[in-house]
Amino acid sequence: MFKIIRKEALNPTVTRMVVDAPLIARKAMPGQFVILRAGADSERIPLTVADYDRAAGTVTVIFQVVGAGTMELNDLPEGGCIHDFVGPLGAPSKLEGLKKVAVVGGGVGCAIAYPVAKRLHELGAEVHSIVGFRSKDLVILEDEFRAVSDKLVMMTDDGSYGDKGVVTAPLEQLIQAGEAYDEVIAIGPLVMMKFVSLTTKKYGVKTTVSMNPIMIDGTGMCGGCRLTVGGETKFACVDGPDFDGHLVDFDEAMKRGGTYREFEAHAREEYCNLLNKEVQ
Amino acid sequence: MPNMDPKKCPMPSQEPNVRNKNFQEVALGYTAEMAVNEAQRCLQCKNHPCRSGCPVDIDIPGFIAHVAKGEFEGAYKVIAKSSALPAVCGRVCPQENQCEGKCVRGIKGEPVGIGRLERFVADWYRENVHTKPEMPTPNGHKVAVIGAGPSGLTVAGDLAKMGYKVTVYEALHVAGGVLMYGIPEFRLPKDIVQHEVEGLKELGVDIECNMVIGKVLTIDELMNDYGFEAVYVASGAGLPRFMGIPGESLNGVYSANEYLTRVNLMKAYKEDSHTPIMKSKAVAVVGGGNVAMDAARCAKRLGAETVYIVYRRGMAELPARKEEVEHAEEEGIIFKTLTNPVEVLGDENGWVKGMTCVEMELGEPDESGRRRPIVKEGSEFTLEVDTMIMALGTSPNPLIRSTTPGLDADRHGCLITNGPDGLTSRPFVYAGGDAVTGAATVILAMGAGKEAAKAIDKAIKEKEQ
Repeated sequence: MFKIIRKEALNPTVTRMVVDAPLIARKAMPGQFVILRAGADSERIPLTVADYDRAAGTVTVIFQVVGAGTMELNDLPEGGCIHDFVGPLGAPSKLEGLKKVAVVGGGVGCAIAYPVAKRLHELGAEVHSIVGFRSKDLVILEDEFRAVSDKLVMMTDDGSYGDKGVVTAPLEQLIQAGEAYDEVIAIGPLVMMKFVSLTTKKYGVKTTVSMNPIMIDGTGMCGGCRLTVGGETKFACVDGPDFDGHLVDFDEAMKRGGTYREFEAHAREEYCNLLNKEVQ
Repeated sequence: MPNMDPKKCPMPSQEPNVRNKNFQEVALGYTAEMAVNEAQRCLQCKNHPCRSGCPVDIDIPGFIAHVAKGEFEGAYKVIAKSSALPAVCGRVCPQENQCEGKCVRGIKGEPVGIGRLERFVADWYRENVHTKPEMPTPNGHKVAVIGAGPSGLTVAGDLAKMGYKVTVYEALHVAGGVLMYGIPEFRLPKDIVQHEVEGLKELGVDIECNMVIGKVLTIDELMNDYGFEAVYVASGAGLPRFMGIPGESLNGVYSANEYLTRVNLMKAYKEDSHTPIMKSKAVAVVGGGNVAMDAARCAKRLGAETVYIVYRRGMAELPARKEEVEHAEEEGIIFKTLTNPVEVLGDENGWVKGMTCVEMELGEPDESGRRRPIVKEGSEFTLEVDTMIMALGTSPNPLIRSTTPGLDADRHGCLITNGPDGLTSRPFVYAGGDAVTGAATVILAMGAGKEAAKAIDKAIKEKEQ
């Protein structure tokens, strides 16, 4: 059992939890993830390590409440316990030696992009962060990004905060204006990472994406998370989750991501009904 | 007077058309009367060849003599000297190639049902005796075990009985390894596995789940920082193989490991499960081993109308246990042997809609001694399925060897050990089970654990002097 030290809502659908997990905190690196189960019957779900504090022995996860699994997690109170919490899994992001980087985050993906930006900043790289959200009330981690970025571009789909539009537009402008990035790191919804990769490919800028396929064990024993990268089958949980965005077959990944859409919708409804009954 | 019936006392089981719709155990086990009756078929022969067929050397005539007299507790004590998991082994061992394969009664009839008797004794003991085992006197030494599958649990049990403080590190959220995630409930009920795991805890074994060694801690840290004097690596062979044919990433293509993990470990077969599984109509399981049979029988129980086993050699070459093949056939699984898929076909939304197969014929034996399958020219045909499960075998996960300097593995990724005691290329690091042999059987993994426990005890005692 893993105690929830702090829990806070970053916006109406995104929650940050600081979890007591000293062994994982000692080893975790940006880009790695954990697998957790909220309760004794829960599904195993992967969440990227959003932060860690080696001295305090804590690991932070940030998640969007999208279905039954994350609802269950979100219902655990501060001071309560997560049943299972395994990690750190996956390969750490390779950030050493980078001099100038554009970090592109979309929605809750910003929670994963932030530790990458922070680490790059610590390593002395020039960091340009481009972060996008659907609207103003969904913005998260703005102050945190500002503190570690040499340049910060805020985008919202509806223009309610920052500039109106998607993240690829300012990225392309910056590249065209002559910003010579060693690498672009994009983390967010698959469709966003796909279009960032298509944009940078035109300019030949190396691009790394953090993939988020369906996972079960997270240790390489099932291949549920497999992706096609450069024509080869890779397991995201051990070979990734970071991959070269110019080599990933995004269309296939998007289709695989929808495998259990029907089940998920049903499970979400069931869980909501259960809550309603409890309220009555 | 021994019972000279040439046949084994039959074991009651669920009817095929009932059991293929539920996940309850197929074989129901002997009653006390049946067990006594069957035990009396044992001739108590002097040279007891059955024992030489048992990888953990259970005193088979010894425990059977107790059963024949109705002394079930006494029988259990004899088995417990050699085996930590009798309720498991009595169910899943391929006895026809082991103890029962050597039984004298098998020459002119059926061998004594040793597996069924072992199972009966273990089940009887679990249901009737509730005394806790005595905690062994600690000897002050610490050993770490990586992996809580059959090999790791055996080593842990044996060392604990000698007084060692043993900690078992398991990556998943429950202990048991393949006994929990691989072998289905209808062959091996999960509460029986957990009961045997509890028995180890009562011997003082610590089991730490959610610990991926190689990630959260390395073997070097266990030995240098945590004071473990020896480590036993029993991480199994859990890395699935795919065929490398077009279409394998379509929705509806599973590795058997994924399919079985969802069904068994995550209990996706239950209505209220939080973990989803495909509700398939027509399923093809590619492969012919026990894992293929398990996956096919699970798919049937999940409601698939048609389930095929697709295997590139013939019925005679199926590597699965004969009993498993028979059970699968009885439950309505269709065997498409001498057939090999060459492409998975998908619809416009990325879901499996069928597969292109070729027919095969058998040529000359290859280096493994099995006849090599050869593609028949112009034999392509399409099999309509909506789900495909790849049960082509597994190899050891690279996590341990890639994070442990100086730990040698062969080109298949299997850890190299110095003979049967399991010593690896690193001092005081031992290994056994599938991590060394590649995918094999539960009882061989347990046998390796027993040998390693003896070797670890010897090495630690020698170091002390």
